Amino acid sequence: MKKINSLLAIMIVAIPAFSQEPEMADAMRSEGKIYVVVAILLLILGGLVAYLVTLDRKVTRLEKKLEENRHS
Amino acid sequence: MKKSWWKILAVVLLVYTIVGGLLLDVPRLMIVNESIRALYFHVPMWFGMVLMYLISVIYAIKYLRRNDPEADIASAGFAHTGLVFGFLGILTGMIWANYTWGTPWHGDPKQNGAAIATLIYLAYFILRGSLENQEQRARLSAVYAIFAFAAMIPLIFIIPRLSSSMHPGSGGNPGFNMYDLDSTMRRVFYPAVVGWILLGIWIASVRIRLINVEEKIHELEYEKNK
Repeated sequence: MKKINSLLAIMIVAIPAFSQEPEMADAMRSEGKIYVVVAILLLILGGLVAYLVTLDRKVTRLEKKLEENRHS
Repeated sequence: MKKSWWKILAVVLLVYTIVGGLLLDVPRLMIVNESIRALYFHVPMWFGMVLMYLISVIYAIKYLRRNDPEADIASAGFAHTGLVFGFLGILTGMIWANYTWGTPWHGDPKQNGAAIATLIYLAYFILRGSLENQEQRARLSAVYAIFAFAAMIPLIFIIPRLSSSMHPGSGGNPGFNMYDLDSTMRRVFYPAVVGWILLGIWIASVRIRLINVEEKIHELEYEKNK
């Protein structure tokens, strides 16, 4: 009996918590504004990766130059 | 280009992380609400940090076994990148905590543990910077790197589980309990972890190669002046 009572108590407490939908950014999505955020983040990622690629190439050039210097 | 397939993979996975992470469905939960998506960015920082530190300690052991100065440079390079990941993890966590827990610094065991681990690794670079002799610096910092890694694991993975942490998966819970319920998040989360880790390895490798070039220039100059 005690178990059933506590179960009931949990349900009474829990039901209102679940009946209320958590707030999500549905409006922002339906208006398509989320794509603005996606575009900005992709641009930042692209920019940083491009920068990393140029650094990578620069180091490769330095390594080659150093090898040439060593053999000469 | 053949050797850089994993760099391309990193970029593809990160693009997928951003697009999928923002557009795919996530569970509708109270308190975290839409901010649950921060999981795809905040948590991979820690995965990345731990892996960078792990590679760092492997190179440290390699240095102690073979006395190879390049292993020492690699060990330091990965520790350095791991530190960047650690800082990003702490800062992103503070933003997220401010929204979900009410304050940026909650004194959560995992937060404190991560902060202490970061301080331990900061001391690693103070140690490196304070030693002039290359061999001495390499040997001492390799030993310290092993100590730092051994201290970091309990601080981040064990202590938060023994006490009550607000982090999911802590406070006695074995792992990703909360997310186990939801396979939709795994579709983005695992690729995100791999993508961020690959990016970390990429950044570390550029840094390590650069320092190797610097060392070789020093050697050439030394030979010239002899």
